[in-house]
Amino acid sequence: MFGFGILSCIVFLPLAGAGFILALRGNDEATLENARRAALSTTLIVFLLSLYAYARFDPSSSAFQFVEEKGWFGHGLVYKMGVDGISFPFVLLTTFLMPICILASWQSIQTRVKEYMVTFLVLETLMVGVFCALDLVLFYLFFEGALIPMFLIIGIWGHERRVYASFKFFLYTFAGSVLMLLAIMAMYGVARTTDITVLLHTHFPSSMQKWLWLAFLASLAVKTPMWPVHTWLPDAHVEAPTAGSVILAGVLLKFGGYGFIRFSLPMFPEASAYFAPLVFALSVIAIIYTSLVALVQDDMKKLIAYTSVAHMGLVTMGIFSMTPQGVQGAVFQMVSHGLVSAALFLCVGVLYDRLHTHEIAAYGGLVARMPIYAAVFMIFTLANLGLPGTSGFIGEFLTLLGTFRINSWVAFLATTGLIWSAAYALYLYRRIIFDVLDKPSLAAIRDFSWREATLFAPLVALTIFFGVYPAPVLEASAAAISTLIKGYDTALGETKTAALAFH
Amino acid sequence: MYAAIVFLPLLGFLIAGPFGWRIGARPSEIVTTSLLFVSALLSWIVFIQVALGTAPATVSLIGNWFTSGALQVDWSLRIDTLTAVMLVVVGTVSSLTHLYSIGYMRDDPSRPRFFAYLSLFTFTMLMLVTADNLVQMFFGWEGVGLMSYLLVGFWYEKPSANAAAIKAFVVNRVGDFGFALGIFLVFTLTNSVGFDQIFAAAPGLANKTVHVFGLDMDAMTITCLLLFMGAMGKSAQFLLHTWLPDAMEGPTPVSALIHAATMVTAGVFMVARLSPLFEQAPAALSFVTIIGATTAFFAATIALVQPDIKKVIAYSTCSQLGYMFAGLGVGGYSLGIFHLFTHGFFKALLFLSAGSVITAMHHDQDMRNMGGLWKKIPFTFAAMTIGTLAITAFPFTSGYYSKDAIIEANFASDRTGAFYGYLLTTAAAGLTSFYSWRLVFLTFFGAPRWATAGHGSGHDPAAHDHDANGHPRHAFDPHESPLSMLIPLGVLSVGALFAGVVFSHDFIGEDAGEFWKGALFLGPYKQLLEAREDIPTFAKELPTLLMVFGFLVAVLFYVLVPSIPAWLARIFRPVYEFLLNKWYFDELYDFIFVRPAFRLGRLFWKGGDGAIIDGLGPDGVAARVVDVTARAVRLESGYIYHYAFAMLFGLALAMTWYIAEGVR
Repeated sequence: MFGFGILSCIVFLPLAGAGFILALRGNDEATLENARRAALSTTLIVFLLSLYAYARFDPSSSAFQFVEEKGWFGHGLVYKMGVDGISFPFVLLTTFLMPICILASWQSIQTRVKEYMVTFLVLETLMVGVFCALDLVLFYLFFEGALIPMFLIIGIWGHERRVYASFKFFLYTFAGSVLMLLAIMAMYGVARTTDITVLLHTHFPSSMQKWLWLAFLASLAVKTPMWPVHTWLPDAHVEAPTAGSVILAGVLLKFGGYGFIRFSLPMFPEASAYFAPLVFALSVIAIIYTSLVALVQDDMKKLIAYTSVAHMGLVTMGIFSMTPQGVQGAVFQMVSHGLVSAALFLCVGVLYDRLHTHEIAAYGGLVARMPIYAAVFMIFTLANLGLPGTSGFIGEFLTLLGTFRINSWVAFLATTGLIWSAAYALYLYRRIIFDVLDKPSLAAIRDFSWREATLFAPLVALTIFFGVYPAPVLEASAAAISTLIKGYDTALGETKTAALAFH
Repeated sequence: MYAAIVFLPLLGFLIAGPFGWRIGARPSEIVTTSLLFVSALLSWIVFIQVALGTAPATVSLIGNWFTSGALQVDWSLRIDTLTAVMLVVVGTVSSLTHLYSIGYMRDDPSRPRFFAYLSLFTFTMLMLVTADNLVQMFFGWEGVGLMSYLLVGFWYEKPSANAAAIKAFVVNRVGDFGFALGIFLVFTLTNSVGFDQIFAAAPGLANKTVHVFGLDMDAMTITCLLLFMGAMGKSAQFLLHTWLPDAMEGPTPVSALIHAATMVTAGVFMVARLSPLFEQAPAALSFVTIIGATTAFFAATIALVQPDIKKVIAYSTCSQLGYMFAGLGVGGYSLGIFHLFTHGFFKALLFLSAGSVITAMHHDQDMRNMGGLWKKIPFTFAAMTIGTLAITAFPFTSGYYSKDAIIEANFASDRTGAFYGYLLTTAAAGLTSFYSWRLVFLTFFGAPRWATAGHGSGHDPAAHDHDANGHPRHAFDPHESPLSMLIPLGVLSVGALFAGVVFSHDFIGEDAGEFWKGALFLGPYKQLLEAREDIPTFAKELPTLLMVFGFLVAVLFYVLVPSIPAWLARIFRPVYEFLLNKWYFDELYDFIFVRPAFRLGRLFWKGGDGAIIDGLGPDGVAARVVDVTARAVRLESGYIYHYAFAMLFGLALAMTWYIAEGVR
């Protein structure tokens, strides 16, 4: 298509949109409106393109598809793109969330509108690039590059403590990544290439695997985020504008889990098995610890941010269970969390637009004035606590089931998350939506506008649709994951027997 | 037809839920109620065909839900006798409750929402009973929990209702935690979650051990105990019962439908459905008996002294559910289900009658303000009396057949815990009679206390509408309820009187095998039946004698010499307080679970995240570089956090080590 592969189109089209917006002159309302429209149509076209790619995607194959390769910087480094069943759901998730973000910023962003739109479009290029890159250096460029627009979004369009939060975000995520870069260089030293498809079949010496694994962990754990390197997330969320939070929770948090599945498991299988207990421990602590912390928050965004950490704990646990259910559940959980937490942050944004505060105590009894909002918020609250019939259940159930077969204690502790999530989610909902509406500031609060309703409709539909029919995501990733696990098992030189052998 | 039964209520919800505000309250009521009646009618047809007739049990597949590796979960409808029985109970009570609510909720502004919730509840309950695998059952299971949450908190302006709603959901989730682990273990053992496959695998797993939670345990026992934990939560059994009395904050029709006749019996249904598993786990069954019998007795003691009419019936439900489990635990699965069946009628009748009383009292639920109502609301009085006769197992009413069968089976059985079950259920029979008649006498007999009492407390918000409609709050005249409320009372009265005599032969008689057709495990059923016929006369008659005794004491206390209860309460003050405060379970749980959870959350937040991770991480680094004094201050105030840090770090290390060193 246009001389490029479809993936390159999806990745670089947003840049074209950004260029167009940069070319706009003037700062009058009409120009800003044009900038918004341009951003929206660009992201919509990108989404349609990715749907077109989805239609041509063959889920029964575990190989990389739509592969493009071009020489770049001479020997060794290549521009190589491609997707498989593990990465493609994330590409779709990203392109799906982007138009929603642009729409959500339509009125709430009034300063530096053009720059804002440009930043988001650049961010889209980098995020989709992360999931499409088939060359480690290329991946690293996208992966680290995505930090910069996010840093700007928080730092420029954020709230009061935005500078503190943006630096904390940057320092944390950057510090981890440096180690990853070292690891990439070391890997190049062994394999003489950074082509991911080759590296997937390269055997690294087991002592080296451990160091490489740890270096990747340093970067991925921060991005995920895993306990105890999660504290940048609540601050970043609280200060970020609504659309920033949506992208942060919806897409950026998936980099970590994606990296574990793409690199750590298949490239360092022995180290993965060796370190799995560590990941289990950190995951379980994350689930219990951050759930309890979420329970006592009095800032809505912080609360939801902490629940994200808990949900990501399920993801890392599922991945390192190395069972089909665990890994598929983790992928599904990430997609579902991308929808649900994005929607929850949008829900908070709706209130912030009206009252300009995230304090839970500022609200109460909203159902009386905002019945539609209350219903929508209820659906996402239920998805957040993993009610069967919503997308939140499938991932949670599969990761727990997969882990149980490997280590019942870990699953036992993680399953307590069922109780915690019910408590924090319903307690939050009650404080905002129920009780008597008696605060004067809320007396005239409005329900959804049409723009807001349009924003939520697809999210509600997908959350329920994937809850009763998750096959589109599960089937897309099934073949790739089964190959992954087969490769992992052969690498360990054994066919795993369930740890719960009975006799 | 099967699909229609399940999905018509969903259709009702989809009409009344999103569009109720547009089409109006009356059309919403009519649509949901008539769809429910169609569904109930079809349920009876299925019951006649499948349970009474010879139509084969079927499983109709709707579609695949999700598949991952060896795990395959389908949406499907399993229709056999056990399902048919549940369909009849759910359909009948739900349709009657819909009809009743038209009268009961007539002044509430949110009627479309109410009827939409009722219909959605019915749908989730039907998905639960028609499930063909554990995961769909879990879907229905959590779905009814959600609807219970929404309906308990229906009057969302009441803080107490909101608190009760959250409590109901969270306590249920504690049970579901066990249920989920049970599902995981079943899948680990059998590689399937479908009923047919796991039932086929169950006999082969008997007496096998499994290494789980770091211990070698009997595979079937631990599986069944975990699953039963879910049943304990849903059916409000001892230790996980605390949510049920609070759930009475919901509108009374909700209490009748969800917290008496259907949802709370899901635990009983689950054990019966999984009877082929439980049959391989005698130890777990003994536990079921013991928990059931304990609940039957313990809840009855609390019901003795409660002043709130709905609380009495709530504890009575708790207690009757205990009977059902006591029946299941000795292998009498059909007995438990039969009691579920009859209980559905008479308990719904009691609740709806109580609702009629509450309406007459302008939404006052305190029995201390009632009295002498029988002349004012004679029809309600008759219905309540019939319900009371049935629950106290008065000869030839429905309770007489189902409840006494459970008590006898406990006496006859030689399983561990059965005799304990017999003792406690028998004692509870006497208590049941006393508290049930106490309720009748306090409400309908004696001097009318409503003429003078102030009606200031325990009101539903709907009461305000009464006032707005021109009923002065004081000096009111209790009036009989409208026809839409009385018809359901009439129908349920027929059920409460005759469900036992008509169906006992099919459910628990000689030829029960032909009725159940393998839908639940009947195994040594014949022996149990014969043993029940052989038991000594005194053991057989004791529950009935105690029933009479309880009635006489109630007459003495509340009709002849009404000063006795107050005098007793004074003499045995500690006992009275202990019972009135429900054995102090709420206080205990608040102390050992709720408050520590919040305290721990705050410690992790301020101490863990704030002082330790941030303090030593990004902030600490910055502080050290920029300002040494700031660091000194942090050190000074930070001793406790250093300990806490060591603790956290140690925790992470210890957990890693344990997991690595094979505690699995």
